[in-house]
Amino acid sequence: MKTDDFAALLAAQVAPVPPRTVSRRLRQALAAGLPLAALIMLCGYGLRHDLVQAMFWPMFWIKLLFSVCIGTAGYVMVQRLARPGVAVRGAWLGAVLPVLLMWALALYRWHLMPGDARMPDLMGQTWRSCVFNIALISLPLLAAGLLALRGMAPTRPAAAGAAAGALAGGAGAAVYALHCPELTAPFLAVWYVLGIALPVLAGALLGPRLLRW
Amino acid sequence: MERTTSTSPSRTSDVEERLRSLFLRGLAGDAVAYRDCLQQLARHLRAFLARRLFGWPDEVEDLVQECLLAMHNQRHTYQSDQPLTAWAHAIARYKLIDLLRAKSAREALHEPLDDEMALFAESATEASDARRDVQALLAQLPDRHRLPIVHVKLEGLSVAETARLTGMSESAVKVGIHRGLKALAAKLRGGDA
Repeated sequence: MKTDDFAALLAAQVAPVPPRTVSRRLRQALAAGLPLAALIMLCGYGLRHDLVQAMFWPMFWIKLLFSVCIGTAGYVMVQRLARPGVAVRGAWLGAVLPVLLMWALALYRWHLMPGDARMPDLMGQTWRSCVFNIALISLPLLAAGLLALRGMAPTRPAAAGAAAGALAGGAGAAVYALHCPELTAPFLAVWYVLGIALPVLAGALLGPRLLRW
Repeated sequence: MERTTSTSPSRTSDVEERLRSLFLRGLAGDAVAYRDCLQQLARHLRAFLARRLFGWPDEVEDLVQECLLAMHNQRHTYQSDQPLTAWAHAIARYKLIDLLRAKSAREALHEPLDDEMALFAESATEASDARRDVQALLAQLPDRHRLPIVHVKLEGLSVAETARLTGMSESAVKVGIHRGLKALAAKLRGGDA
């Protein structure tokens, strides 16, 4: 077929496109994934019993802020990577800086503590399950994010998948923080970071397979 | 977006402005503006891709249409705060890399597969059909006509070489070609009738 005719054919069936479609679809994905993540947390684990009390401890908020920060950076990155020709610019810093700060805080605490208190601080009571729990809770968000990305045009599918993983992991960790009893920086620096890294890795691996267009 | 050296910056920005306003009208549902935009985009894409697909001129038009289709399907990913060139260039680049990657994967398999030949080498198939027809016709000629035509016209040897090879005199080779071609033409006409 002649290319001009092909263009005319495409134009003949053109429907108006509402502006900001990418953001809207991403918000829809979040609106579908977040309640599911919360449901897994509530049914599988339950809120921590001293949640109200914990709200007065700075470490609780640091933990929440840490996770939300990574999730937000993931959201911004997905939004940019989903559109051809849009640079990611500094958005990745929003995901990397919280991790670096958490590591710095953990090292600082590690050095201040007496030797025999270090390992309990690092391992907490739930180190065995923490990584897996965060990954599980972020699963519906990762699925929703990748599904939304399939309707868009990521030119760097691995990076877009990883960004969706950061969004899912950050949001999932924030949800899990409402259950998790651990409040020490070394614990967060290792197990939370690993828990968030898991969906990021999954997204980076799935991206090139799922996000072709 | 890369520019050709012959295109001044101001012309590029003129094109950007014109295409962008057409595209935005298209996004709002104006089919005429959208068609104009796609047709003009196709011209830019053709130049852009032809330069990069230097070795495969046959692929250019297919890839232009592939890019147009991708732009049409993904038009909701364009946001008006972004230059249209950046968006279109990123899509064209993505599709170009996709094609090159597929090609290199294909060419890494040294054994050519018949299916692939049928898909991508339509012109080659036609040429081999023609060769088969010619050989069928040639087989009907006597040797003194057939051999000179095969050696000189199909294999590209000189008259002297053909004479040495066949043991005919040079003038016999020339006459053989002449009469043989005449006979072939007569057979072709007879076959048509």
